Amino acid sequence: MVMPAIPSLRPLTRKMLRDLVAQRGPFAAIAVVAASGIALFITLASMRGFLQQSLTSYYRDYRFADVFVHCKRAPLPVIDQIRRIPGIMTAEPRVVYEAILDVPGLAEPATGRFVSIPTTRPPLLNIPHLRRGRWPSPTNPTEILVSESFADANHLKPGESLGAVLAGQWVQLHIVGVAISPEYVYELQGNELFPDTKRFGVLWMRDHALAIATGMQGAFNDLSATLTPNASEPAVLHALDRLLTPYGTLGAYGRSQHVSHRFVSDEVEQNKVGTVTLPIILLGVTAFLLNVVLTRLVATQRGQIAVLKAFGYTNGAIGRHYLIMALLPVIAGAIVAIPLGQWMGSGLAAMYARFYRFPHATLSIDWLVVIGAVGSGLLAAAWGGLMAVRRAVQLPPAEGMRPPLPAPFHSVWLDRLGISRMLSPAGRIVVRNIARRPLRSLASITGIALAFGIVVVTVYMLAAIEYIEQIQFQEVQREDMSVAFREPVSQAALLHLRHLPGVLEVEPMRLIPVELRHGSVTRRSAIIALSRQGQLRRIVDQEGRAHRVPSEGILLTTALADILRVTPGDSVLVELRDGTYQRLRLPVTAVADELLGTTAYADLQYIDHATHEPETISGALLAADPRAEQRLYAQLKTLPALSGASIRSAAIQGFQSTIAESFRMSLSTAIAFACIIAVGVVYNGLRVTLSERSRELASLRVLGFTQREVSTMLFSEQGVLTGLGMLAGVGVGFGFCVWIARWTTSELFRIPLVVESGTYEFAFAVIVGASILSGLMAWRQVRALRMVESLKTGE
Amino acid sequence: MAPPSAVLFRARGLTKVYHMGEVEVRALQDIDLELYEGEVVVLLGPSGSGKSTLLNILGGLDAPSGGDVHFRDHDLVGASESELTRYRREHVGFVFQFYNLLPSLTALENVELVTEIAEHPLLPAEALRLVGLGDRLHHFPAQLSGGEQQRVAIARAVAKRPDVLLCDEPTGALDVATGKLVLEALLRANHDFGTTVALITHNAAIADLAHRVIRLRNGQIASVDVHTHRRTAAELAW
Repeated sequence: MVMPAIPSLRPLTRKMLRDLVAQRGPFAAIAVVAASGIALFITLASMRGFLQQSLTSYYRDYRFADVFVHCKRAPLPVIDQIRRIPGIMTAEPRVVYEAILDVPGLAEPATGRFVSIPTTRPPLLNIPHLRRGRWPSPTNPTEILVSESFADANHLKPGESLGAVLAGQWVQLHIVGVAISPEYVYELQGNELFPDTKRFGVLWMRDHALAIATGMQGAFNDLSATLTPNASEPAVLHALDRLLTPYGTLGAYGRSQHVSHRFVSDEVEQNKVGTVTLPIILLGVTAFLLNVVLTRLVATQRGQIAVLKAFGYTNGAIGRHYLIMALLPVIAGAIVAIPLGQWMGSGLAAMYARFYRFPHATLSIDWLVVIGAVGSGLLAAAWGGLMAVRRAVQLPPAEGMRPPLPAPFHSVWLDRLGISRMLSPAGRIVVRNIARRPLRSLASITGIALAFGIVVVTVYMLAAIEYIEQIQFQEVQREDMSVAFREPVSQAALLHLRHLPGVLEVEPMRLIPVELRHGSVTRRSAIIALSRQGQLRRIVDQEGRAHRVPSEGILLTTALADILRVTPGDSVLVELRDGTYQRLRLPVTAVADELLGTTAYADLQYIDHATHEPETISGALLAADPRAEQRLYAQLKTLPALSGASIRSAAIQGFQSTIAESFRMSLSTAIAFACIIAVGVVYNGLRVTLSERSRELASLRVLGFTQREVSTMLFSEQGVLTGLGMLAGVGVGFGFCVWIARWTTSELFRIPLVVESGTYEFAFAVIVGASILSGLMAWRQVRALRMVESLKTGE
Repeated sequence: MAPPSAVLFRARGLTKVYHMGEVEVRALQDIDLELYEGEVVVLLGPSGSGKSTLLNILGGLDAPSGGDVHFRDHDLVGASESELTRYRREHVGFVFQFYNLLPSLTALENVELVTEIAEHPLLPAEALRLVGLGDRLHHFPAQLSGGEQQRVAIARAVAKRPDVLLCDEPTGALDVATGKLVLEALLRANHDFGTTVALITHNAAIADLAHRVIRLRNGQIASVDVHTHRRTAAELAW
């Protein structure tokens, strides 16, 4: 290529620029990989900062409480005693009440959590942030705020109304505003694990109006408080429980046990690991590619280096020359990566901000993150260029003027085993070339294996989510819907439910909030008591095996058993948090490795007997005739005894739209990065092989081999490396899966370690596709191979 | 060997012009030439006289800018890339100044590479014995001396029993004694198989081996000498 003279530059700089232009393919590939690494570093690191900052400022500005407690009913004056507890800074009593809602346009009954706000002043804690509309008037008792996610899911606007059954009374409520709250960043109903924004929402109502509607005048059933900076949280929780025991406390807890907070902080934590891993892989690949390309460049420029040295250029000048060549593609990548990372970061931030509905969400440029990202990129570049720089520096001027000796081949172990006799000469060329540079071959294989592994682990996560969905909604929850009673009721209520339109089966259920204690470990959880004859709700482990509820004692999910450090045969102290505060010592008779949650199960009769509350249930599971669904829903909306209903098909939808959706997005991103790695490795591998062996390939052409035969030889070497890489990738991918399965194991859910063969097949297709693309990119150079020139010149 | 008769190559009005940026280089100008079956021809001339260009065109590695070249009844000028590949595969053996062996293959395997795609090849080991390397079959190029590498290259060229051996400065990088061994190997192929040998050199001493010596200057044929008395390689001195 003819380059214009660049008058103001020094000759060595001009040489560098022209070399870069001549090698633009490989250097561009390196720049792309480096840019991906740096951009991803910036994106993920600023995302993490963004999430933490948004959450912190949200919590601070809207005064998210530190401790929470729910009780049956406590007289308001108790609050004065509570405020005197050492360590409590601000305490605010509330009325919180769940009720069935009739939402316009929604056939199924929805569940609303009514939360009181002071009538005459703004709330002190957990302050709702008004997104649209206005605050409810102190004088109109039917005005409410609804949570934004619920409003959006049901297209509710200020000015519209919805119906609710409050304390047995049907009331029409008027929406005047839409709000969000730090307390409900993640809105979860009861013991559900996934948000269903369409059928569960938070509604804020003036406390005076809510108290009257629910019969809670002069009393509260919920309290939140902030702590002084040096307060002891356990001491405060203990004091709260002691004070509220006569009023049926369900057990005070801190932020760490707060459902919404736990979900969000889990998400932030998971971001931490991702922040580091993928950028490190990408920058590692950058270093490797630079090593290969620059080492080759130094080899082809031996003569030039020797001449420069002969003319008096110092080793330092020559070393610097090649070092800058290593840094330039990374700098070029960084120039693209900084705005790209910012852009991806703000896109992702906007997505998270929408998902979590942060009040103020702006991703500001964190220059420390940018400096860190670019610095890591340059470090990788310097590391990758080091070997080439060293070779250039160490080359004695005289030796550089002589043509290089033939590459030192000797028999490899394949020859000694006689295996290579079975190969064609072309096959032997491939095998010996791979064996001659074991480190480079190993690095190529590693690069491909990592790319393969990234695809495997991403597809695995998606498949695992689907597996969880299938187990949870096909094997565990087989009821069409479940209903919860406001207060525990007698089993006679089942008969009433059985006679509702379209109901085919009814099974009893009792859910008791409890605190489990074993040794020094305590845990808030719930016991789900089921009938041993029941078919609608089952306990199913990771492998899909169903477990029966034990007739005696309790069954714990493995996660809960691990937390409590118990095994079957041990017993745990169970403190009921249903207001009765009973204490029972129950034997653990079984464990089951469930995918979701940390729950305990027991036989309903056994629990009724143990709690001396015969025939008591708190809810029921229903199987219903889909043809009578609408009538059943309409009836359920009017039953005052019910505090909530959840519908399985709706839960599935909610699951898919929230969890599965966000996973799908990260899938496509991760696959894009895997492709960049694969293309970078394969394309540069081909280019360097072509450059090293152009002479050899030209000889073959001269000897009468066709272009196709020669290309096959060139491509099969890279093909073998790619194949070995994919083979290793099966192991690497599985390793990633094991790691992810272990690392994402939280109390809320566990990812089963089931990697299906389809996952590997998909990864195979992706990597093969990327390799073919690289081959096509390098094809131009193969075609341009000049037979005569390659043979005439030395190197 | 009796003076040859049948024409192997016939070139008429052969011209080759290279464009190097703004400069036009006329490498060959209107050359008429015949090479005969079974003869040894030495192309002699200073660098830049056009001898390599001529050899490359005869070998199907390069295309002329004008004129005709025929190999027997094959038209080399109108041939497609794949026809030229087949022509090289079936009829031509090349020997270069730099041996261009595949470093990843042993001597034997380098020869096998060619015998594999040839129709009536010699046994690879036999070809190597022919050039005096019967005891170096399993050595890699890096384990052979320059002369040995060049003889492997000759064995590789001879093994497929080509009709013509085109040799571009085959002794250029070798000392006298080694150079003689290499030339002996070439003459032996000519003697044993009747292969036409066209050899480029700027070393006038080597010309004494040839049936005919063609001198080139500035892309034109300056003279053609027919030798009635040829020397053997051993008799040469330079």
